[in-house]
Amino acid sequence: MANVTIRIDKDLQDLPELNTPTARPGQEKGALTGWIQDLLFTVDHKKLGLMYICSGLFFFVVAGLMATAIRIQLAVPRNDFLDPDTFNRFFTMHGTAMVFYVGMPILLGAGNYLVPLMIGARDMAFPRLNAFGFWLFLFSGILLYSSYLVGPGLYAAGSAPDVGWFAYSPLTAKAFSRGSSTDFWTLSLLMTGIGSVATSLNIIVTIICMRCKGMTLMRMPLFVWILFVTAFLVVIAIPPLTACQVMLTLDRFLGAKFFDTQGGGDAVLWQHFFWIFGHPEVYILILPGFAMASEIIPVFSRKPIFGYPIMVAATVMIAFISLGVWAHHMFCVGMTSLGNTFFVLSTMLVAVPTGIKIFNWLGTMYGGKIRMELPMLFCIAFLFQFLIAGLTGIMLAVAPFDWQLSDSYFVVAHFHYVLIGGLLFTIFGGIYYWFPKATGRMMDKKLGLAHFWIFLVGFHVTFFPQHISGILGMPRRIFTYDAGRGWELWNMISSVGVLLQGIGILFFVVNILWSLWKGRKAGDDPWDAWTLEWATTSPPADYNFEKLPEVRSARPLWDAKHPEDPDWRFE
Amino acid sequence: METTTAQISTEWKLPSPRKVGMITLILTESTLFSIFVVAYVFYIGKSLNGPFPKDVLEIPWLASICLFGSSATIVMAEKALHRKNRAAFHGFWLATIALGAIFIIYTGIEWYHLIFHDNLTVSTNLFGSTFYALVGLHASHVIVGLILLSCVAISSLRGKLHEDHTEHVEMISWYWHFVDAIWIVVLLVVYILSVHAPLPPGVS
Amino acid sequence: MFHLVALEVRRSFRRFRGIASICIPALLFWASTAPVAAQQDTVPLRPIGNIFDPLSVPARAISDIGIFASLICLGIFIVVAGLLVFTVIKFRRKVGDDDAEPPQIYGSTQIELAWTVLPVLITVVLVLVTARTIAEIQNRKIPESALTIRVIGHQWWWEAHYPQYGFVTANEIHIPLSTKDRPVITELQLESADVIHSFWVPQLNGKTDVIPNRTNRMWLEPEQTGVYLGNCAEYCGTQHANMLLRVVVHDPAEFEKWVQSQQAPAMQVASAQKGRELFASLNCVNCHRIDGSIAEGVFGPDLTHLMTRRTIGAGVAANTPENLHQWVRDPQVLKVGCLMPNLQLLDNEVDEIVGYLQTLH
Repeated sequence: MANVTIRIDKDLQDLPELNTPTARPGQEKGALTGWIQDLLFTVDHKKLGLMYICSGLFFFVVAGLMATAIRIQLAVPRNDFLDPDTFNRFFTMHGTAMVFYVGMPILLGAGNYLVPLMIGARDMAFPRLNAFGFWLFLFSGILLYSSYLVGPGLYAAGSAPDVGWFAYSPLTAKAFSRGSSTDFWTLSLLMTGIGSVATSLNIIVTIICMRCKGMTLMRMPLFVWILFVTAFLVVIAIPPLTACQVMLTLDRFLGAKFFDTQGGGDAVLWQHFFWIFGHPEVYILILPGFAMASEIIPVFSRKPIFGYPIMVAATVMIAFISLGVWAHHMFCVGMTSLGNTFFVLSTMLVAVPTGIKIFNWLGTMYGGKIRMELPMLFCIAFLFQFLIAGLTGIMLAVAPFDWQLSDSYFVVAHFHYVLIGGLLFTIFGGIYYWFPKATGRMMDKKLGLAHFWIFLVGFHVTFFPQHISGILGMPRRIFTYDAGRGWELWNMISSVGVLLQGIGILFFVVNILWSLWKGRKAGDDPWDAWTLEWATTSPPADYNFEKLPEVRSARPLWDAKHPEDPDWRFE
Repeated sequence: METTTAQISTEWKLPSPRKVGMITLILTESTLFSIFVVAYVFYIGKSLNGPFPKDVLEIPWLASICLFGSSATIVMAEKALHRKNRAAFHGFWLATIALGAIFIIYTGIEWYHLIFHDNLTVSTNLFGSTFYALVGLHASHVIVGLILLSCVAISSLRGKLHEDHTEHVEMISWYWHFVDAIWIVVLLVVYILSVHAPLPPGVS
Repeated sequence: MFHLVALEVRRSFRRFRGIASICIPALLFWASTAPVAAQQDTVPLRPIGNIFDPLSVPARAISDIGIFASLICLGIFIVVAGLLVFTVIKFRRKVGDDDAEPPQIYGSTQIELAWTVLPVLITVVLVLVTARTIAEIQNRKIPESALTIRVIGHQWWWEAHYPQYGFVTANEIHIPLSTKDRPVITELQLESADVIHSFWVPQLNGKTDVIPNRTNRMWLEPEQTGVYLGNCAEYCGTQHANMLLRVVVHDPAEFEKWVQSQQAPAMQVASAQKGRELFASLNCVNCHRIDGSIAEGVFGPDLTHLMTRRTIGAGVAANTPENLHQWVRDPQVLKVGCLMPNLQLLDNEVDEIVGYLQTLH
């Protein structure tokens, strides 16, 4: 913390645009209008990153409330809290929003905010493209939710899409989905897909072309490496989704036959195309979780990440294999035994690099001096929950077992362990970790602990019983069920857990607001960390670094703080 | 510390963002096209009713030669630009635009015939759906390319194309080559493979 | 060689299966799985589709491999979670620790290699065992003598054709019991009339999707009689939740009796004459079929032997006179969104129609 010196290769004076007092339109106007104008026209990666994350958190609350309504409906058998159509719309919008409007923007936002800081750059490679990506995402989210205002109005939940987030054909065909609800779904995903590809392209180019002097690929923080791989996955995996949506739009508006089973179209083709996107998408969502854990765990264990090159290799492996596993979502469609076996093999293979990662995180903690700060607590919980999620994933990969478990509540439990237990916990960890950097203030620890423990308990109470109801034969996406089939108890427990999660989230929201207002001043480097974002002020200035840094190892700040034992000696 | 300062290489060169960006764009576009190609191939011979590819498609030799030729002229144009021979650059560049335009006009005529003479529309059968989607996606890329080419032509003719725009021009030519390469695939799959594929059972 | 390993693993596992198949369900699912005697039935009702309580040959194979995979995963969980807990407790910063940084370890090739090879080995074993079970279930030769049932999924009910016997029924599928000395296999040919559905009766077999333009096949070989409950397991629209399934497993003699009752022509009871005429004059006949009448519709369930079924509306309500009345008056009350419209019948018309339907034994 003390004598952090970063080498200089470029003075601020070299950058003419920083010396001219233009930059901010509307600063001379009223504070509020100026602020709004700034948000609307900014191309700054930090502001866009925070806007991504804040919109993501907003959609998280909306989609979370839908999930709450779903759980209330399912708490007791033959409940009539929601009518079937509303229920179906809620789970469709919940799934779609959580994947495309919560997971994606938060990870793209984190990448946007942190990648330039971590590689010692002043901004992304294409700042305007960055703003373009963000606004496409935001408008597509508004488009999707505006579907509620069309049709029979709010009480009947409008005419929001009700085809499920993977929208299997031919349920989406005009014959079975009348009105325009499915078109809202299709067009908004088309839009946000293009936005995500634009932003990911930007992340790739930034990482390749904007690294500060000395930052070779193998000196990049693991966060940057994993975001790099994730961005590649987005660029490769989103186009199939885009193609799907174009084809479906042609079907619905121009009467094309792609997925029209009456006209010879194939219902299973949609599933192939969708999951060619959809499975890499799962890794697109979870990899940034890995990325954040890979930064937080070393810093709080006070040790470098164990086996850095292996971690990089494992990430690339996961991404590569994930492109060839899609049909494990389709074990029940009646593929040949050979096809099934192939996808069992490829799916099981993912377990190997994923296992390596878990072991390496453990190896990082082993022999360290673990500081039990909030970010670390969330990461430890992540490790525990992701372990469970990974193992239930292996169970699901056993195709015959999947013939029973597929589309049951077991699957619901599994992917909520991945996406909440894995991803959301690391996102929370990341927020507690980088909040001081972004705002200059620390988050409150007591409120944070309350958030952590209540949410942790709520999460397990909600989702663990769903494994059991799935094993007892409860299919997913049913709006009601009969008493006497062994599901009542587990559903009731599950619904109670939601209440706890809600209280936990409330603590989180209060903590954010309170800390923004009254949080302790953070200083540049509150966690005694090692990557470049901690070498600048909190919050960073528009230009990020007064002087562009120069690095000689993967932990430049360690080198600066420990001149007697720098990392670069081992390179 | 002094000894270590020397270890840092003084050379720190990174690739140009435009090039990396264009390569990434081509990567993402390739996956987009590949899905449409897969859909087309998957549905060959599965249309429930005619017209079928062999009834209505003719290999567009002229258009293909024009499009492939335009890849050559754009390379010449780039070379001319490097030699600072503006006249030659204009000539080759405009030739590229003309060849691309011929291609797109040919496609227009082909579609007109298919729609009004052969009664093949996007909703006629699976062949119609997949054909118009794939060929249309490619044609839309040609149109985008033509717009980009025209922008360069206009700014160059107005004398606003400067030395530091060389890389922009190069990127547009990369994109154009990509559009050409896609046409090879489309030509093989649509006009050669599917024309020779057997008809579905029960159709004569 | 790997094949032999897999075989050996399976064999040793078989020995272990007896204990495991009792312990695991008992451990996890103390919720009663005991069959309940269903009213008016000679066979017990089995409402709980516990996949670890299989009562059919393919379901048992799945349960076996499921327990095998679960145990492996449980073992991994105990080891890794134990390591995690140990690490967190042992290496957390304690009160009074100095500020010195711990030794900076960057990695170790040997350790990395070890924890790469170990998962690979586990994966290999699991894949081989899985491949065997896939082949065992999917490539099973179905004998000529097998009973074939064409099951057609509709939004939101099931149609069942018995081509060997020449009759059609709906929502409640009856099949014969298979015994050691007289094994009987039932093959289902699954088709869809509209969107994708999925046929799932957990205690009899895993699910198989029901896809338009395709015929998927699955086989059942039940070992216990009973009324097995199941669901449509692929989201198929508004009433996906109420697309319930009942598979009734009889012993062969009972099954023959049931077949004969279904093959008989529809009853013509004189007292229901008025209701029959009314039924024939209404829109009912456009969608429903009653053998031997002008009702030849194919969009709704066959009603020829309606009263032999235990439920109406694909399991949404018991087949009682009150529910029948409610259904005929306005099906949208019992099953909102279902494709049968409210026919706006007068009260006396409802009575007559229901009176007629109740004669259809």
